[in-house]
Amino acid sequence: MSAARVGIVTFPGTLDDQDAARAVRLAGAEAVPLWHADRDLRGVDAVFLPGGFSYGDYLRCGAISRFAPLMDELIPAARGGLPVLGTCNGFQILCEAHLLPGALTRNAGLHYVCRDQRIRVENTDTAWTCEFAPGQEIVLPIKHGEGRYVADAATLAVLESEGRVVFRYAGGNPNGSLGDIAGITNEAGNIVGLMPHPEHAVEELTGAPSVDGRGFFTSILKRLVNA
Amino acid sequence: MARVIVDVMLKPEILDPQGQAIAGALPRLGFSGVSAVRQGKRFELELDGPADEAALSDVRKMAETLLANTVIEDFSIKVEE
Repeated sequence: MSAARVGIVTFPGTLDDQDAARAVRLAGAEAVPLWHADRDLRGVDAVFLPGGFSYGDYLRCGAISRFAPLMDELIPAARGGLPVLGTCNGFQILCEAHLLPGALTRNAGLHYVCRDQRIRVENTDTAWTCEFAPGQEIVLPIKHGEGRYVADAATLAVLESEGRVVFRYAGGNPNGSLGDIAGITNEAGNIVGLMPHPEHAVEELTGAPSVDGRGFFTSILKRLVNA
Repeated sequence: MARVIVDVMLKPEILDPQGQAIAGALPRLGFSGVSAVRQGKRFELELDGPADEAALSDVRKMAETLLANTVIEDFSIKVEE
């Protein structure tokens, strides 16, 4: 069987696409570059929306990216079940595109937060977390100024009751996110967004606090192979 | 020709740490009597034609689609005289 193909999207201002591609390759998949201005998903099996400052964070983080030509292809494909992971700015884009509910707003403390963060994995049924153990605590880097997850009370209640809070901050909430929410999934579990950065935690060589990020990529590979 | 103003504000229930920081700075600068500050955005749209019903309906769509994220923000539209 040929290697699974994971698309890595680059917008103007994306920063983490090279790390994302490297993480995908380390897991044994093919990293397929996807350009924001192309209306072509190049037949990939899954898509990774990496972090950065797409379109300079103008207007709101992810507000402009959400209307990029590539998104016209990605949004219906994701609704149709294509596995999609968004980290940091990628998570913001998924919320702006209404593929995930709620929004990411300015950190409560106003400061840009850059640190190693403990995170609890609360849902291991998604396409991107099936290789973790329920309740497992992992350590990933976070680096964001607008990561405070908010949603109205009804949406939060649905997320909690359906187990769609995938990740929760442990050992302190870095940004004031409601319910200590670090990441969520859609109803089908194929779309996952989180503020922390698994792609920065796959190799000891780079001084990463852990290699816990590998679990995201082994998860999606396992899911694709079994699909 | 007409100018239409779209004001976008965080919904009242959404925490506005920037507004809080501004409110905190005012007393330090010697200004008193302000109990709270909320920060928002103002968009000035120059229309090619008059601000008639059809144009304002379009502006409303622009506001809902792009200018505001209605998950966290409210907007209001007014025509500048």
